[in-house]
Amino acid sequence: MLVIENLSAEVEGKPILKGLTLTVNAGEVHAIMGPNGAGKSTLSYVLAGRDGYEVTGGSVTFRGEDLLAKAPHERAAAGLFLGLQYPVEIPGVSNLLFLRTALNAQRTLRGEAEVSGAEFMKLAKAAAEKLGLPFDMMKRAVNQGFSGGEKKRNEMVQMHVLQPWFAVLDETDSGLDIDALRVVSDGINAMRSPDHAALLITHYQRLLDYVVPDTIHVLMDGRIVHSGGAELAHKLEAEGYSAIAA
Amino acid sequence: MSALPTKRDEAWRYSDLKAVARHWPVAVEPVVVPAGENHADIIRADAEGIRHLAINIGVGGAYRLTIIDAGRAYGRIALDVTCHDGADFQLGAVLIGRGEQTIELVTTVRHVGPGATSRQIVRAVAGGSATTSYLGQVAVAREGQKTDASQSFKAILLNRGATANAKPELEIFADDVKCAHGAAIGEIDKTALFYLESRGIGPDQARALLTRAFLSDALEGLDEATTQALDAEISAILESAA
Repeated sequence: MLVIENLSAEVEGKPILKGLTLTVNAGEVHAIMGPNGAGKSTLSYVLAGRDGYEVTGGSVTFRGEDLLAKAPHERAAAGLFLGLQYPVEIPGVSNLLFLRTALNAQRTLRGEAEVSGAEFMKLAKAAAEKLGLPFDMMKRAVNQGFSGGEKKRNEMVQMHVLQPWFAVLDETDSGLDIDALRVVSDGINAMRSPDHAALLITHYQRLLDYVVPDTIHVLMDGRIVHSGGAELAHKLEAEGYSAIAA
Repeated sequence: MSALPTKRDEAWRYSDLKAVARHWPVAVEPVVVPAGENHADIIRADAEGIRHLAINIGVGGAYRLTIIDAGRAYGRIALDVTCHDGADFQLGAVLIGRGEQTIELVTTVRHVGPGATSRQIVRAVAGGSATTSYLGQVAVAREGQKTDASQSFKAILLNRGATANAKPELEIFADDVKCAHGAAIGEIDKTALFYLESRGIGPDQARALLTRAFLSDALEGLDEATTQALDAEISAILESAA
């Protein structure tokens, strides 16, 4: 599904990723943990193609295609989804308009027919209900006036409507209370299938108790320094990153 | 007949005087809102020219004016508004400049009686080497106690060659008034742009969506059908220019 080889990237001339290698197969969920400044968010932005995140070496292949050659919206249409750590507020654009425009733009780019207004409303209602986001909030401006938890739920609603093959979820668990964490985790688990895959970026083992990953990687100073099974999360929590890396 | 203005004239500093000469002199069009009445107008300006409206809002009257000024090489709308006791004036204006267009909105709102309110929301977008200008004066007479006036001008520049001018001016002779004004000129929010792109919306469409959302502030408070119709019109203008 996703093959990252020896990836290096810099931000404002400062090297952040320094030869990162990682493969996620279809059907798998991987987690990346690591201290602040290790490059976790940079990795997610490089994958999504954000301006200002310069790839200086290596390659990323997504479903057999060169991901880095694509513009951000083309990556989304190819089935990559980035759940942002800080979802953006967009005054004046309603959630429904935003999501419908996105879904149809992706479908058009893939050569598929656009969904009708009625079809879209059905999808949006089902997703909002599943993620416990009151449908009224879907009519409001994107993330404007949403609490931290509501913003993260909204990211999950978007993911469910857009149905990506691969989701990179950057600290989707941060800022969530226990109930919201459970709802969001259920949302992520509902996307698990032999055809889908996900990369969870997190600071805490808590999320990984609900969404049990196949593999956990420890990212330090721009490289994967250690990988292991789901049990690694508890070990990290108990012993810290430096003990694992040593 | 008045003399052709020059650049030395503050109100014409940012103008396209060659174009002005083609449309000079300008006839003043009176708009009268009788006491206690509630009127609303929409001006869709798309042909080169100058309009000068003298708006008189009677005691307790209300007037809502919506302007969409786009698609003309040179356009100027001047509003001289007089608010009598307890009158209410609401202006929502969208200025869109492309290519080498010059679009100007010049307002003078006079509060001549007590307790009148005025609210002006002007949103501008300029691309190419276009110039959009808003010169807004609020004048509160000695009799204009308890005036509540506000002006908000925001502009987005789509590229380096574009210009937006803002000149708020308050002239207050009463001592118990509220006059707020704000002006901001910026670019499309890059973070928002990335967010839209990361969801699959192409850069041109994303820019148009964000621009339209930015401009829609000026439509605030209109009924839903009117808002939708104007929104659709603005979208069409932005798409045709993209």
